[in-house]
Amino acid sequence: MDETTTGPAPGRKVNRIGLEMQAYRGGKSTLCAGCGHNAISERITEAFFEMGVDGRRVVKLSGIGCSSKSPAYFLGGAHGFNAVHGRMPSVATGAVVANKSLLAIGVSGDGDTGAIGIGQFVHLMRRNVPMIYVVENNGCYGLTKGQLSPTADVGSTLKNGVVNDLPAVDLCALAIELGASFVARSFSGDKKQVLSLLKAAISHQGTVMLDIISPCVTFNDHEGSTKSYSYVKDHDEPLGEISFVPFFDDIAVDYEPGTVQTVQLHDGSKVYLRKLELDYDPTDRVGARRVLAEAARRGEFATGLIYVEPERPDFVALLNLVDEPLATMPPDSVRPPRSALDAIIDSLR
Amino acid sequence: MAGPELAVQEVEATLSGRRVTNDLSIQVATVNGSGSQTANLVLLRAIFYMGIPVSGKNLFPSNIAGLPTWFTIRASRHGYIGRKKEIDVLVALNPETAREDVLELEPGAAVVFDEPLRLDSLRTDLVFYPVPFDKLIAPCCPDAKLRRLVRNMIYDGVLAKLLGIEIDQVERALAKQLAKKPKALALNQGALRTGYDFAGDHLPKRDPFVLERMEKTAGMVLVEGNAAAAIGSMMAGVTVVTWYPITPSSSLCEALAGYMRKYRMDDATGRATFAIVQAEDELSALGMAIGAGWAGARSMTATSGPGVSLMAEFAGLGYWAEIPVVVFDIQRAGPSTGLPTRTSQGDILSTAFLSHGDTKHLMLLPSSPGEIYAMAIEAFDLAERFQTPVFVMSDLDLGMNTWMSDPFPYPASAPDRGKVLDEETLKRIGEWGRYKDVDGDGVPYRTIPGGTMPAYFCRGSGHNERAQYSERPHDYEGMLDRLARKFETARQAVPKPEVIEDPGSEVCLIGYGTSHWAVTESRDQLRQERGLKTSYLRLRAYPFAPEVAAFVARHQRVYVVEQNRDAQMGSLLKLDLPADEVRKLRFVRHYNGLPIDARTITEEVLFQEGLLSKSRDRGEEIPAAPGRGRED
Repeated sequence: MDETTTGPAPGRKVNRIGLEMQAYRGGKSTLCAGCGHNAISERITEAFFEMGVDGRRVVKLSGIGCSSKSPAYFLGGAHGFNAVHGRMPSVATGAVVANKSLLAIGVSGDGDTGAIGIGQFVHLMRRNVPMIYVVENNGCYGLTKGQLSPTADVGSTLKNGVVNDLPAVDLCALAIELGASFVARSFSGDKKQVLSLLKAAISHQGTVMLDIISPCVTFNDHEGSTKSYSYVKDHDEPLGEISFVPFFDDIAVDYEPGTVQTVQLHDGSKVYLRKLELDYDPTDRVGARRVLAEAARRGEFATGLIYVEPERPDFVALLNLVDEPLATMPPDSVRPPRSALDAIIDSLR
Repeated sequence: MAGPELAVQEVEATLSGRRVTNDLSIQVATVNGSGSQTANLVLLRAIFYMGIPVSGKNLFPSNIAGLPTWFTIRASRHGYIGRKKEIDVLVALNPETAREDVLELEPGAAVVFDEPLRLDSLRTDLVFYPVPFDKLIAPCCPDAKLRRLVRNMIYDGVLAKLLGIEIDQVERALAKQLAKKPKALALNQGALRTGYDFAGDHLPKRDPFVLERMEKTAGMVLVEGNAAAAIGSMMAGVTVVTWYPITPSSSLCEALAGYMRKYRMDDATGRATFAIVQAEDELSALGMAIGAGWAGARSMTATSGPGVSLMAEFAGLGYWAEIPVVVFDIQRAGPSTGLPTRTSQGDILSTAFLSHGDTKHLMLLPSSPGEIYAMAIEAFDLAERFQTPVFVMSDLDLGMNTWMSDPFPYPASAPDRGKVLDEETLKRIGEWGRYKDVDGDGVPYRTIPGGTMPAYFCRGSGHNERAQYSERPHDYEGMLDRLARKFETARQAVPKPEVIEDPGSEVCLIGYGTSHWAVTESRDQLRQERGLKTSYLRLRAYPFAPEVAAFVARHQRVYVVEQNRDAQMGSLLKLDLPADEVRKLRFVRHYNGLPIDARTITEEVLFQEGLLSKSRDRGEEIPAAPGRGRED
């Protein structure tokens, strides 16, 4: 990934910037076999490959936990930052403010986001910091061997029989409430939907909050868990079949008028939602909250693009920065001239 | 004012048999939120304009309005600008504290007071000047609502007359202070004149304190340490500033925001060459600064004690993952919330090792606005050269009080961005590893996200030289050892101590930060009053330069002066010095929330030297610190 390729071998599939999928892969996963997180890493690899993103302008960040190990397993050529528990949002914010040409993707977990990191999560969403924030949500702490997390549903049980009697934090509802401009939920086993959402996320300018239910095969994939594979498969309620068309693609879309909702993202890309639920409009903030609340009441997960607001200015845009990234500005443009210092000194006399 | 009256005043002052010129301290006691700050700063500036060395210390409550506040102005022909314990002239306007304030004065002091308080019946050994503030303010401020804010200017007029502060300099200072508020300026000018005339007509001078023009402040400026730090940071080329409001550091970032909006907007586009982000807390403030530092920006945050505590986790990450960032700690009195508006040097030990594990940090120790300006610039260079957090340890006294300063020099050299990998270096070193010690100085080469050089995975977890996850004993130990090596390299690169050697002196003092001013004055007291010659070393950075140990080796008894209970810098010295040298250390500690004064040091040194049978001025018993006392 670091060096420009000299051209692919004949017959190999390359993306629009001439790179093979291999260039987007990372290290070998050390997570449990069958962990939903690994599937998500694969989708991230595919999404960045298919979108033809130059890995050198990507930064991948995480906090602490099983989920937070996963940035090592995709985009090996990109800079990575494994921060402290629950505090990845602040590091990501600082990085994209320092260099607004970076494309940041953060991977967190339900404990890293919903418990120790809820404060930073809240303000990340509120600021609409331009980044993709993925929560690999399994409702438990895997790395410390299976304690309950804040997204565990009331009544769900741990392997050792402990029953959760506190209400779950709905991270998507919270994100919408706080001002995130792209909020989606999916299931790690739903390849097509996760991939479509990730590709749309890459095109979105603002905070993408992507909550992906990702069952823990070791500590939370048993009867009594509401985040097990079997439970989620039975209770997954897609809001619509999603198709994403990047701005550089010119694919004819065969959706029939009247059943399709189109959302245009800032760079001209389009998200098409084939409506399964009547009148679902992902730009309606109140409606989005209602859908989440109703699904939760039924013990279901509403999946798909739940809320999107492409026009909301992101945090970096609000800072009114010069075009050149702050991090690479030459010294003479960030040190005021002698006359400025003289003027300041005069004002102090 | 008429000529004969002047003659009468001069006669009375002379009759007292004493005339004290350009050596006095004024304390103004008011109620917080009453607008006394303008009057106090005008007074300070007028004395400065007269060429007399002057300093001002604001002792204010953690409160918006209603609690007592004291402002102390010290004028000293000798140039002493540390706090002076004794008050020579009291302005008593706060009914709640007036009695106590008066009872605490040394005999011979002068008291300007609000007439209805009837303070003149309290003592017979003071000079009292009753002033009917309310009666005087009514005619010169018709709007009753504004009178409260303008009436303070009356005491400026009274003091100008009584002490001989040139009235045109007071007016000049007032015009500067209220340049942007013409209506307020006019009202204040009226009040100033009223006070001046009242004193001329009704208050014959009976105290010995006078101010006369000198030429000791020519070319100098008046500035708060926080503003100086802000100017230095801007000149250093800071691009990302993150912060969370906390007294006494808020004014640093606010001053910086003001300067940046004026001097760091791109001329062509009108857009910012910087970002200032108010974070949700201090954890996030340092997290953002570290994210920005990792991404290649010159980044900083400013905070105080409670914020430093919250930053501990990220400080460790910055040390371990080797990310440049500058942190200003404007120290206040702890522990916990402590005294948020009082000064201290109480974060030294905790900051040196801030975070868990084998963490240690570079600290710079500024003593004046000029020095914190220069150290701000140097801090950004050091942070990038050593790829680590650098803490600039200011305090409330330096940060929020107004100090005389020489004008700040324009930076002499271009910013030093440290070892950032480029094509040429890559060719030279062959294989690059993010944490590989190529040059033997413990400092590796880094790459910046978004660039063309190879990427690496920055992490707080265990890693090897190639920044790969590792739990191998050899990798972990090697990483810690290299970081220790880097720290030793930094020891040679941080600011050197300032040493004043008095040849033949057995006794020496070690001080740092704002304690410097009291130490300087105390050395004069020790020499002039007791014939005790002392050498002096002022620490300017941690880790300690080799000169520190050499200095200690040259002396028999070493007094470490600082503003905390536990002799924190003394503890760091103990860790650093050879065992034989540690026995020489003695400790002078000051920790009541007020800036340290010379007399406290002088008496403690004399006491420990066996030259003072018991410490005179000590109200309460001071618990012994380890190693204190003559026996050591």
